[in-house]
Amino acid sequence: MTKKLIFIAILLAANFVASAQGVEMADQLRGSGNIYVVVATIAIVFVGIAIYLFAIDKRLSKLEKNKD
Amino acid sequence: MKFIYQSWWKILGVILVFYTMIAGFLLPVPKLPLLHETIRNVYFHVPMWMGMLVVFGISVVYSIKYLATSREEYDLVAVESVNTGIFFYALGLVSGMLWAKFTWGEYWSSDPKQNSAAIAFLLYCAYLVLRNAIDEDQKRARISAIYNIFAFPIMIVLLFILPRMTDSLHPGNGGNPAFGRYDMDNNMRAVLYPAFIGWILISVWIATLRYRIRLIENKQNSI
Repeated sequence: MTKKLIFIAILLAANFVASAQGVEMADQLRGSGNIYVVVATIAIVFVGIAIYLFAIDKRLSKLEKNKD
Repeated sequence: MKFIYQSWWKILGVILVFYTMIAGFLLPVPKLPLLHETIRNVYFHVPMWMGMLVVFGISVVYSIKYLATSREEYDLVAVESVNTGIFFYALGLVSGMLWAKFTWGEYWSSDPKQNSAAIAFLLYCAYLVLRNAIDEDQKRARISAIYNIFAFPIMIVLLFILPRMTDSLHPGNGGNPAFGRYDMDNNMRAVLYPAFIGWILISVWIATLRYRIRLIENKQNSI
């Protein structure tokens, strides 16, 4: 019985220690504001791809009009 | 199929994905061990699979329609949907491998989810090989439509059922709870669901573009 109790106590303690250490996140990058550079880059890339897709769509529409 | 020439849903898809690319990085996420910031991959890795599922689903619908009507255009919709689906499949697989490297330790750890994803990938590659192996147009369309109808449920079983029956590192499988149950909060849902819809619309858009190109090619070849 005491062995079990000690075991449970160790488990709980381990759990507490683990949660107290906290989880490392990119808080520093966020804090320094650099994350916005990444977001802006991705936004530019995606806007580019979207415009490209719309351009392909438009070219296709023109081709389809000439056909008929 | 008038909607494939309209642009409102394409604009909607672009707006939704654009929103997730900004909110996905700036909104807070739960602080979890091992995952850390990589939990944001959920916004970009999982929607690839949603897009793939929808275009593969569309191709099944058009394979059935082809068998019912024998209209050639339906067969073209089915092929180009599969082509687009395979592209998104590859994106999902590769992005998953990269994520796995940093959370599971290896790009490929022969996890049940990864292995069955590889098998299902080959299943769809076999569809394209089968098409190229048959010269006669109608025969090719008919046989590949039947193959496609069977491939879809097998893919679903391989990707979403079999890995769940064993232990897998991938969330949502075996003893491993899905993200949705414990790790995801409402902040994440506010990004994830728009990401699903947005990427689904974009994958359908790409499939329709491929289909329209195919239609023109087909017309030129038949002249």
